[in-house]
Amino acid sequence: MSIVLRGGRIIDADGERTLDVEIGDDGRIAAVGTGLSGDLDLDASSCVVSPGFVDLHAHLREPGQEEAETIETGARGGSLGGYTALVAMPNTDPTTDCVAVVEQVRALGRRSTCEIVPSAAMTVDRAGTDMAPMGELVDTGVGIFTDDGTGLQDPRLMRRVMEYSTGLTRRLGRPVVLAQHCEVSALSVGGYMHEGEWSSRLGIPGQPAEAEELMVMRDIALVRLTGAHMHFQHLSTASSVAMVRGAKAAGLPVTAEATTHHFTLTDAACASYDPVFKVHPPLRTDVDLAAVRAGLADGTIDAVATDHAPHAPHTKERTFDEAPPGMLGLETAFSLTLGESGLDLPEVLAVLSWRPAAIAGIADRHGASVVPGAPANLCVVDPDETWAVSGATMASRSSNTPYEGRTLRGRVRHTICAGEPVVIDGEARR
Amino acid sequence: MTRPDLEEILELTDTFAEIGRRPIPKVPALRGRTVATVFFENSTRTRMSFDTAARRLSADTLAFAAGGSSLSKGESLRDTVEVVASYGADALVIRHPMAGTAHRVAGWTEASVVNAGDGCHEHPTQALLDCYTLREQRGAIDGMRIAIVGDIRHSRVARSDVLAFTALGAEVILVAPATLLPPALDGWPVTVAHELDPLLGDLDAVYLLRMQRERITEGLIPSIREYATDFGLTADRVARLPADALVLHPGPTNPGVEISAAAAADTRSVILDQVVHGVSVRMAVLFLLLGSGRNLNRGDTGGGD
Repeated sequence: MSIVLRGGRIIDADGERTLDVEIGDDGRIAAVGTGLSGDLDLDASSCVVSPGFVDLHAHLREPGQEEAETIETGARGGSLGGYTALVAMPNTDPTTDCVAVVEQVRALGRRSTCEIVPSAAMTVDRAGTDMAPMGELVDTGVGIFTDDGTGLQDPRLMRRVMEYSTGLTRRLGRPVVLAQHCEVSALSVGGYMHEGEWSSRLGIPGQPAEAEELMVMRDIALVRLTGAHMHFQHLSTASSVAMVRGAKAAGLPVTAEATTHHFTLTDAACASYDPVFKVHPPLRTDVDLAAVRAGLADGTIDAVATDHAPHAPHTKERTFDEAPPGMLGLETAFSLTLGESGLDLPEVLAVLSWRPAAIAGIADRHGASVVPGAPANLCVVDPDETWAVSGATMASRSSNTPYEGRTLRGRVRHTICAGEPVVIDGEARR
Repeated sequence: MTRPDLEEILELTDTFAEIGRRPIPKVPALRGRTVATVFFENSTRTRMSFDTAARRLSADTLAFAAGGSSLSKGESLRDTVEVVASYGADALVIRHPMAGTAHRVAGWTEASVVNAGDGCHEHPTQALLDCYTLREQRGAIDGMRIAIVGDIRHSRVARSDVLAFTALGAEVILVAPATLLPPALDGWPVTVAHELDPLLGDLDAVYLLRMQRERITEGLIPSIREYATDFGLTADRVARLPADALVLHPGPTNPGVEISAAAAADTRSVILDQVVHGVSVRMAVLFLLLGSGRNLNRGDTGGGD
């Protein structure tokens, strides 16, 4: 079945033009031009046609926590959010730290509506003591390693993982990316929100910004020592952003992401005591929020990621300390980035699509320019349509969105993944 | 709470204090009402105080107690609260080791919710009884200079007392080692001192907080001995207080740590008065929430909010 996206404004890394896009039944773009026709005609007028979005940071919970999310439901939410590729975090049960689990995730992913790109743990069971079989994993195509959820605490082991990863470049065909959740647990332990004015007033034990910053500082030093490619996950503090800016200026091979919640929400939200606002790293201050936006504006932060972290409703009906950290993100990321990041539309698409695609090592098929022959991973977004956020109606098995009830501007109209129209007129097709 | 709110409760407390002095200290004001104490943290005193207050108002009482987490049973907090409420409780008196719990519970139930202490956040009825005690001794709190000494960082009593004392016109000085203060005090209407001795001669009241041994393993103080030496209210320090100064403590005390036995027994100590007033204040709070606000002595049980 061929598809035509009609009358949209195409924006990709090459620039902007208003043309129809024809997608062939081989899953590739057949033609870009005027007056094209196909079996399925999808209206893209008043919309923008973009390369599909790529999330560097999604918790899809499968295997192990299927009550909260599955690869199928997570991918469906991703499709509704304009994503065509999701990097799946390895904090599954069992941990994605070996070829068997990676292949399980891939197999489940092949039946879903996004390309699922498994990342694998840097250390066995994310325990931070023994290196995971990185070579075996690289040989199956894994290019991102992370112990996300915790940082790798031991500086000696971190150094060795970095060194080891640099020896795998030829086997992968590109540098291995090590993605760090920067948090020195000795400083953050027992803290459930950002430590500061609000935590002091609310009586919720806090964790200081320095818990994140010390690990950013350590890892930049170790990148200088080893030459490994380090990707800093969910930067949340002003000093973290400044240190990454400095590392980039020094020519070090580092990249960084920020989540939508770290440039839209602050620790003041915790005054409700609702753990829907509990997340790691925690929501920070106005100053940090502004620094994250500035980091996006000047390219210090390469990509917007979701850190989509579904949790079953009853787990958020606990007290602030006992509830698990994390919030949904896949269906709100585009609207929030468009409305609140301060970036203009082409930059919004860049930080959601082709920049993260390059970090994930999938730029050959995601985030690619809209030209004949390119794989048809595309989304069509209406920058002006408004919609009301409702956790209950999201595709996720969970409903822990911190934006419940908010009206957002900018909505995904159609999503095409590998040539298949997985979202049409804002509705998931399967 | 604003000053008028506080004053309304303190004035109502006078009535209940009077009832407490009667030969039969009981009125039928809340007959047919049920007050449930829901304690997720060990507490003998606060529970007994609320229980006594409810019984003196002729309310039925229910008690739920779980050591620490309900998670161990796999039940969410909300499940627990809904079960207790389904026994017909009109008011839930909640004590929990985590901040914000009473606030959250209030959103899940139609019953009135009283915060009997939430983690390191607040302990509002303690602050009310402290204010009542100070007012009874001094007539008014306006202009008093009050030092709160000890583990402010982890103290719900300190947070509530700062708000209540300053709302009623007192000057509050927080006295603690730097590690036992909250990480940020922006917006708090207080001054801070790290030494107690220079302040003693010019205080109207000194409020001592309970020091816990865990603070040593947490690396917050070197030893109980050093803490007691620097911040403990000894007989010597009591002697340097003005003759009409008051000594308060939320109890239970650690004799020889934050307060010596001699200091606790000094005539300036009003620690036992605090316990007595706790019942009266909690009667006032329960009555305001569950009673009609009228016909106190005739057992009107209608209305309420």
